[in-house]
Amino acid sequence: MSLVPELAELTAYHRERCAEYDRILAALGAGDTFAEVADLPWLPVRLFKTHELKSIPDSEVFRVLTSSGTTGAPSRIFLDKAAAAAQTRQLSATLQRVLGPSRLPMLVVDRKSIVRSSSARGAGVLGMANFGRKHVYLLDESEQPDLAALQRFLDTHGGEPFLVFGFTFLVWQYLYVLAREHGLDLSNGILIHSGGWKKLADRAVDNAEFRRRFAEDTGLRRIHNYYGMVEQIGTVFVEGPSGDGLYCPDFADVVIRDPRTWAEQPVGVPGVIEVVSTLPRSYPGHVLLTEDLGVCHGIDDGDWPGKRFTVLGRLPKAEVRGCSDTVAA
Amino acid sequence: MEIEQRLRAVFVAALDLGEDADVETLEYRGIEEWDSVGHMTLVAAIEDEFDVQLDTDQVLDLSSFKVALDLVRQLRG
Repeated sequence: MSLVPELAELTAYHRERCAEYDRILAALGAGDTFAEVADLPWLPVRLFKTHELKSIPDSEVFRVLTSSGTTGAPSRIFLDKAAAAAQTRQLSATLQRVLGPSRLPMLVVDRKSIVRSSSARGAGVLGMANFGRKHVYLLDESEQPDLAALQRFLDTHGGEPFLVFGFTFLVWQYLYVLAREHGLDLSNGILIHSGGWKKLADRAVDNAEFRRRFAEDTGLRRIHNYYGMVEQIGTVFVEGPSGDGLYCPDFADVVIRDPRTWAEQPVGVPGVIEVVSTLPRSYPGHVLLTEDLGVCHGIDDGDWPGKRFTVLGRLPKAEVRGCSDTVAA
Repeated sequence: MEIEQRLRAVFVAALDLGEDADVETLEYRGIEEWDSVGHMTLVAAIEDEFDVQLDTDQVLDLSSFKVALDLVRQLRG
């Protein structure tokens, strides 16, 4: 089913309610009829750092999410009650595809107090905690792995399916290393992880190596990386069971764009990732050009139906600035 | 009635409320104590107290004391 009618409606909806968004689209010369997803006008994700973009009155703002941007001001994302509920609901629908309806015993590869921090890590753990029960945190408060806690968790729950969640580099640095050193059996685990590979690049660990080593050394084979951002909260792109790429939930899509012409790239050609989702209604974040480089590997030819893609890393800075200028012009 | 009293005690303890709190009218995110962190604690406490297991959708639907009460009654059959 095409997302275009709903996205076109959303575009009009946000233009009516967010004057700044309407001005930006008018400056871009955006029309109001779109043949396909790639025709919709996009916002560079960094606009949420510099502009307060929201489609709800101030009195309806219920939560303000902030990103942990590496440079400069963080993004600010405004949710009303309905949007906060909707994002949780859609995240749940997406993850139930790999987790099923029941909540599994959950090992969190982080420290317990992270959920009280206002960091992206904390928000990630908190968002995921709904999907687990009997939560055990692998790290102590000084961020050291707690082997005894891990062993107790596995003694109690290791014989049935259990959920493991954490940021990619923490999962590798602590869980993998500990499990390998102590010969722990993680074969009933389902690992959900995110956060990118940059911190693991110096160890020459990429996605394939990560999956291979976990399977060989710990028995953990059910591994799903995911991609998502606070600017499109509730929308996550989850890796298929065999690791053949990230997939879009049925209410979302991605467009890979040529950074010079902004045309959609063909399958196999890297470009800038645009994320598209029908979820954002409280702020105009339904079509966002990210600062990540990615490539689409194919459509309807992998583990699950639909488009499958990989995130290749961050875009070089100069090119990012270029796309921001497009909108400022 | 007994379940309602026990559930009330679970709410008071899990959300760290005063004994005289108006628990019966509480709604998720309606008070500072019942935020998403409080929700985790509350769900775990309900599961322990009544020896039940909530699935993901039930956790997300648990939006008020009243909903929680109906759910616990239903799960205990």
